[in-house]
Amino acid sequence: MSTLALAVRDSSTMLRRNLLHARRYPSMTLNLLLTPVMLLLLFVYIFGDVMSAGIGGADRSDYVAYLVPGILMLTIGGTVIGTAVSVATDMTEGIIARFRTMAIHRGSILIGHVTGSVLQCLASVVLVGAVAVAIGFRSTDATVLEWLAALGLLTLFSLALTWIAVGMGMASPNAEAASNSAQPLILLPLISSAFIPAETMPGWFRPIAEYQPFTPAIETLRGLLLGTGIGHHGWLTLAWSLALTALGYVWSTSQFSRDPK
Amino acid sequence: MTSLAIAANGLRKSYGEKVVLDGVDLSVPEGTIFSLLGPNGAGKTTAVKILSTLVTADAGEIRVGGHDLAADPQAVRAAIGVTGQFSAVDGLITGEENMLLMADLHHLSRREGRRVAAELLERFDLTEAASKPAATYSGGMKRRLDIAMTLVGDPRIIFLDEPTTGLDPRSRHTMWQIIRELVTGGVTVFLTTQYLEEADQLADRIAVLHGGGIAAEGTAEELKRLVPGGHVRLRFTDPDAYRSAAAALRGVTRDDESLTLRVPGDGSQRELRAVLDRLDAAGVEADELTVHTPDLDDVFFALTGTGTVPAQPAQPALPKEAAR
Repeated sequence: MSTLALAVRDSSTMLRRNLLHARRYPSMTLNLLLTPVMLLLLFVYIFGDVMSAGIGGADRSDYVAYLVPGILMLTIGGTVIGTAVSVATDMTEGIIARFRTMAIHRGSILIGHVTGSVLQCLASVVLVGAVAVAIGFRSTDATVLEWLAALGLLTLFSLALTWIAVGMGMASPNAEAASNSAQPLILLPLISSAFIPAETMPGWFRPIAEYQPFTPAIETLRGLLLGTGIGHHGWLTLAWSLALTALGYVWSTSQFSRDPK
Repeated sequence: MTSLAIAANGLRKSYGEKVVLDGVDLSVPEGTIFSLLGPNGAGKTTAVKILSTLVTADAGEIRVGGHDLAADPQAVRAAIGVTGQFSAVDGLITGEENMLLMADLHHLSRREGRRVAAELLERFDLTEAASKPAATYSGGMKRRLDIAMTLVGDPRIIFLDEPTTGLDPRSRHTMWQIIRELVTGGVTVFLTTQYLEEADQLADRIAVLHGGGIAAEGTAEELKRLVPGGHVRLRFTDPDAYRSAAAALRGVTRDDESLTLRVPGDGSQRELRAVLDRLDAAGVEADELTVHTPDLDDVFFALTGTGTVPAQPAQPALPKEAAR
């Protein structure tokens, strides 16, 4: 079997294993969905009128449109916390030592985790998106191409955050530590333009909010779904995604290729 | 001469300051059971981890299944199966799913995978539990599943790291039976254990790992010959009988307080009869007679000192004799 065929075959086996875990124990995945859904409902139904006035909207429905792209990105951040936890748990299991002594493609273990995580992110985004649509979110005249670009953006951003989360999971001795170290991935959206525009934030804080990875990603998604201006956010998102992917990849694989303790 | 399944020369490994293996040589002929015996922390698991490509040695030449481990680890991996000390099963999925996972990773076709999985589950008495998550299995069942998973790829060399640690006596005997069956199929087994009885029962050759090196190596019989320790023990309740017996037998060690005599010997039938004849001739009868043949315990304590394992009064450490 060629190296590529071996990689594909073993990675798909590992993916199946991870999806089996997710299917057998859906409680963690569903728990992670709770945060974005709660935030969505909280900000729309409790704070909605004030928030809407704050962004210069007419009523609550304007704020729904503003909020949903940020909530979708936050969903990705939340879902990959689960990835960090499951990687950390997995690495402490004897089965990984077994995999390492088998003549399989070395990278397949991580590739399986990464692919599984990206698929889980997209499934989570679809579920949260469905809630958003149910409470009145509609895209404004997005073309098929824009929908595809949105899907590509969500996938790319999921991949980037997943690799970072995998690195965090590998670096953590146990599930609790992994969960703690991955917290920033769901906290960062809170200080992005997800809930309020960056330009309404205090001046000293604005650069932090504007240039962290979530804001450009959220602005790009907003632009694709709602027709707001994308500007430099598109390039920033692409740069952040590629950089985080590369960083997470190098970090994870160098940890994986080290001798296990 | 048969070819070697495992050959290691000058194996070295340290973790930081701690030297775990300090120049270990091992050679295991194909189709035999080799047992690496040693107290906790002697480096048995480290040796297995190195030989099974899990960790890299600091120094040493290693060939496993005819392949150079440093140059071609994937070829070594294709030839071996490993069952580690801690269960290497996926607890979240069922026993059958674990088996099918192994079949997939060995690139068996779907049909072949199902056949092999069903066969091994049957052989290891796991068919009934096959659809339950492995996390719910008992220790013995997990260990059986572990070995069954190792066998999916039909490995020619199997590493078993303390396969019976923590198992109840019944499961332990089942495991021994499994290991014996493996070897009849021509498989080479590299076994680590801290149980002397286990090495004695199973292994063709035994190496005692101590202080980072091999303290002794040979068959169980050869190792037992390294240390004296065989004797017949006679216990009396009547002091008069005790004294008469002590006078009738030559070369005995007396323990006047417990009225016990130790007659050195190899415990053979002929020797035993001679002892009994002398006792008959003197007209005394012992209240209790036990034959003690030197066992691996004697060897083990003699070679590794008493610090790591509780000393047993009847089998004192014999470092001086061992050094001869």
